[in-house]
Amino acid sequence: MKFDAKTREKLAFFILGMIALIIILPIIGVIAYIIKNGAPGLSWEFLTQPPRNGMKEGGIFPAILGTIYLILGTMVFSLPLGILAAIYLVEYARENWLTRTIKLAIINLSGVPSIVYGLFGFAMFVIFLKFGTSILAGSLTLAIMSLPVIITATKEALEAVPKSFREISLSLGATKWQTIRYCVLPYSLPGILTGTVLALSRAAGETAPILFTVAAFYLPRLPRSMFDQVMALPYHLYVISTQIPNMPLSLSFATALVLIVLVFLMNLVSIILRAYFRKKKLW
Amino acid sequence: MNYPCKIKTINLNLFYGEFQALKNINIKIPPKNITAIIGPSGCGKSTLLRCFNRMNDLIESVRTEGKVIIDNQNINLPETDLISLRRKVGMVFQRPNVFDLSVYENLAFGVKIHRLYRSKTKILEEIEHALESVGLWKELKDKLKKNAKNLTLDQQQRLCIARVIILKPEIILLDEPCSSLDPIATLKIEELLFQLKEKYTIVIVTHNMQQAARISQFCGFMLLGELVEFDTTEKIFTYPSDTRTENYITGKFG
Ligand SMILES: Nc1ncnc2c1ncn2[C@@H]1O[C@H](COP(=O)(O)OP(=O)(O)OP(=O)(O)O)[C@@H](O)[C@H]1O
Ligand SMILES: [Mg+2]
Repeated sequence: MKFDAKTREKLAFFILGMIALIIILPIIGVIAYIIKNGAPGLSWEFLTQPPRNGMKEGGIFPAILGTIYLILGTMVFSLPLGILAAIYLVEYARENWLTRTIKLAIINLSGVPSIVYGLFGFAMFVIFLKFGTSILAGSLTLAIMSLPVIITATKEALEAVPKSFREISLSLGATKWQTIRYCVLPYSLPGILTGTVLALSRAAGETAPILFTVAAFYLPRLPRSMFDQVMALPYHLYVISTQIPNMPLSLSFATALVLIVLVFLMNLVSIILRAYFRKKKLW
Repeated sequence: MNYPCKIKTINLNLFYGEFQALKNINIKIPPKNITAIIGPSGCGKSTLLRCFNRMNDLIESVRTEGKVIIDNQNINLPETDLISLRRKVGMVFQRPNVFDLSVYENLAFGVKIHRLYRSKTKILEEIEHALESVGLWKELKDKLKKNAKNLTLDQQQRLCIARVIILKPEIILLDEPCSSLDPIATLKIEELLFQLKEKYTIVIVTHNMQQAARISQFCGFMLLGELVEFDTTEKIFTYPSDTRTENYITGKFG
């Protein structure tokens, strides 16, 4: 069978469209399923109360708060460090064996399983630095896990800024830092935001790194300092889905739904920020 | 030939890694004139131009030997203050590369990074001045908030020149500033350069021999990294002393 160019074009368009649809379908399916099963379990009480009666009743407020603390903690440690490291690597570092080694290490670190980070965080922060199982130790562990992704994303965003931008700025007598601040960062910020939010979303949903470093099995009272343990949504979800017999399924799904909404909200914030920065160009 | 000079190079050699792009260049560029650098593609014109404001420093593999003397000071030394050098020696590139920002912000950029003026009225005054000197003030005085990317290419290139002028430079380097412009816009820019030479030392790299003949008073011909001949434009285009220059001028190659 032979087709002319126009038919082929239509065929290609159709096939590519179908593939895109096939990729999206499972995602929509998962989300729809979780909403359908989780929504009935949602209530004001569920969002604002601690769990009761062996976690079969009450809410998940401590876990929500714990996860928010962990996201904030991760952000505080990983964002400045990751972004500055990427700026150094792209803008300042000379091409030599040390730089190459660092870059290689970053690529490899992003492939390390999260449980390994969990063990490292346990040994390093909980035991060696004596932070105990705490928000601090958990945030640091998650931050270290997120760093390679944040660095890589930031690096790519910085490298995407055309060389000529830097050239003009430098030719006008700007210093390197002024060039980065006024010509490079404003243009790479959307990319940096996308990458970092992706990394933080992943951190928010991880169980393994927080397992030994911060997560509490059951802790209805709220943390008072960053040296306290907290409950966290992904670990709580794991606990109620596997460790507690006769757990009403709707509570598990409702917990999953809350976690998804939280991550979704984070993405929403980044979209809003991106639009805002694009309008302001950060000048 | 004896004349005052603003820029002078002494035995300037430049290497990109192993490749030698400039070979023993000795050039003397007079003040408040237009000096054109011509030569076939890849002969090192841009490279030479970028030696005058040390833009080659951005390329890691570059190594230079020899002196580049501007106002009796060798700028080809590690201790040279690149910030004030580049303020004094402005550069305009081949493509009109305005920032994707308003006209105002394009011009205020240099003022801001050099902390030249603080008061807004003074900045506006300087912007008016700079736009005036490139013949854009009338067209743009009500459009300072407009994004510079929406201007015509010719306006954009003028804006790039204004962006340099607002820093009160002494030397303006232009690397094929007209190559993306149409003939009419090109003539307008040439006219502008002709006016600017009263106040600034202008060095222009161009592919276009007619352009060099039209606007420059001095002219250098480069070939394969060498400065084959440097003289008044009149002499270069009428009695070149080197046969290679003559061949190029008469269109036998390049
Ligand atoms: N970054 C670089 N790394 C290695 N070689 C380079 C680099 N830039 C330029 N060259 C080489 O140096 C030589 C001179 O380049 P240059 O750009 O100065 O030429 P040009 O005369 O300006 O050419 P054109 O008229 O095409 O702009 C060329 O052979 C070029 O291949
Ligand atoms: Mg060139």
